[in-house]
Amino acid sequence: MQLTVLQQPSLHGSQFQAFAEKLDEYGLYPLTSTGTTILQINVGKMCNQTCKHCHVDAGPDRKEIMTRETMQLCLDAIKQSPNIGTVDLTGGAPEMNPDFRWFVEELSKLGRQVIVRCNLTIILANKKYYDLPEFFKEHGVHVISSLPYFQASRTDAQRGDGVFEKSIKALQMLNEVGYGKEGTGLQLDLVYNPSGAFLPGGQKSLEAEFKRRLKSGYDIDFNSLFCITNLPVSRYLDYLIQSGNYDSYMQKLIDAFNPVAAAGVMCRNTISVGWDGYLYDCDFNQMLELKVEDGMPRHIREFDDAALDKRHIVLNQHCYGCTAGAGSSCGGETVK
Amino acid sequence: MEKTYYSPADLPKFGEITELQPEMGRKFFSYYAEVFKEGALTEREKALIALAVAHAVQCPYCIDAYSSDCLQKGADENQMMEAVHVAAAIKGGAALVHGVQMMNKIKELTM
Repeated sequence: MQLTVLQQPSLHGSQFQAFAEKLDEYGLYPLTSTGTTILQINVGKMCNQTCKHCHVDAGPDRKEIMTRETMQLCLDAIKQSPNIGTVDLTGGAPEMNPDFRWFVEELSKLGRQVIVRCNLTIILANKKYYDLPEFFKEHGVHVISSLPYFQASRTDAQRGDGVFEKSIKALQMLNEVGYGKEGTGLQLDLVYNPSGAFLPGGQKSLEAEFKRRLKSGYDIDFNSLFCITNLPVSRYLDYLIQSGNYDSYMQKLIDAFNPVAAAGVMCRNTISVGWDGYLYDCDFNQMLELKVEDGMPRHIREFDDAALDKRHIVLNQHCYGCTAGAGSSCGGETVK
Repeated sequence: MEKTYYSPADLPKFGEITELQPEMGRKFFSYYAEVFKEGALTEREKALIALAVAHAVQCPYCIDAYSSDCLQKGADENQMMEAVHVAAAIKGGAALVHGVQMMNKIKELTM
């Protein structure tokens, strides 16, 4: 259904240029893998928040979570793939998976960098999560957290009432154990994504403003700010359509197409694993149920990085979101 | 002929002004791009100034463009409205300060 919407003509009757065709103009089609160095694992769609822009459509009512058996298959795949230096855990709120801590412990034994995409409020959601900052510290986890703005109004408008206040408290708890503090080696990065139908501004400038505002207002430190463009997928796609912004937003993305950003998209060095073990080029393709190219290993039990490194990336119109302006990825801008 | 003087669809066509005078048009856009780069002022500060000026010159295209640009650059709603008040204060002040000229004339003409 979402793909049908993305491929239909604009309200004015004109057709948005096919993303693949755009890449072809710059000699980038077919887009190929440059070698997998990051395994991004979505351990489930269950979440304590119901954010308006969420491309996962995550929430407290979602029951799809990764089993320990599938996690073990991920561990086996990582063990046999020395080029995978980073394992990026996402959700939902990954911490809500009952096997989350076991999985992090096993991953940390493998000596790879472990990222947890923590929504912050989970730390305060229940007493059993209060020690998460200590747990992350103990395992050298790199924490990446969404905070769409340095004020409550826009943060709560996107992520729910009261989220800003809880996020600030959680950031202070992370700071208390050393996260985001110079010299500790405990990395705490924030993710900014626009609360509306506009593109993110320059990452460096926004990072400076976030640092100034969070330090002066709440005595919070963090390492880097990653600017991420909202992709027209799931709830954000619904928002664009319902608010009458879909056509103009797609046009903005297309007008801002940057071939340098296109050459550096994260799907070229990442494989995304779904909660049920299926493989995708990215988390967005996962939510659109676009598995990796036909003929490739498509489940984690068949994982073969040498074969997957030869794959063509599966593309669609939402991909314009990662190639606009300075580019967008789970690590922020891709054009340095 | 269109029924209204302004159309949102014309804003993205701004670059087409180079068709009738390419050299001047290109120089203008090159200068424009240079002006809005980060310098002694940040890009966000420049966007806020542009938003204020847009209101002062009452250009709907500019208000559309710089409202979006201010949001994109991370300005908050309070900053944006304060910028509009700066424009209003200068516009209002510009009208009122001419009251001195009026008072001078009154003095000149009356006993």
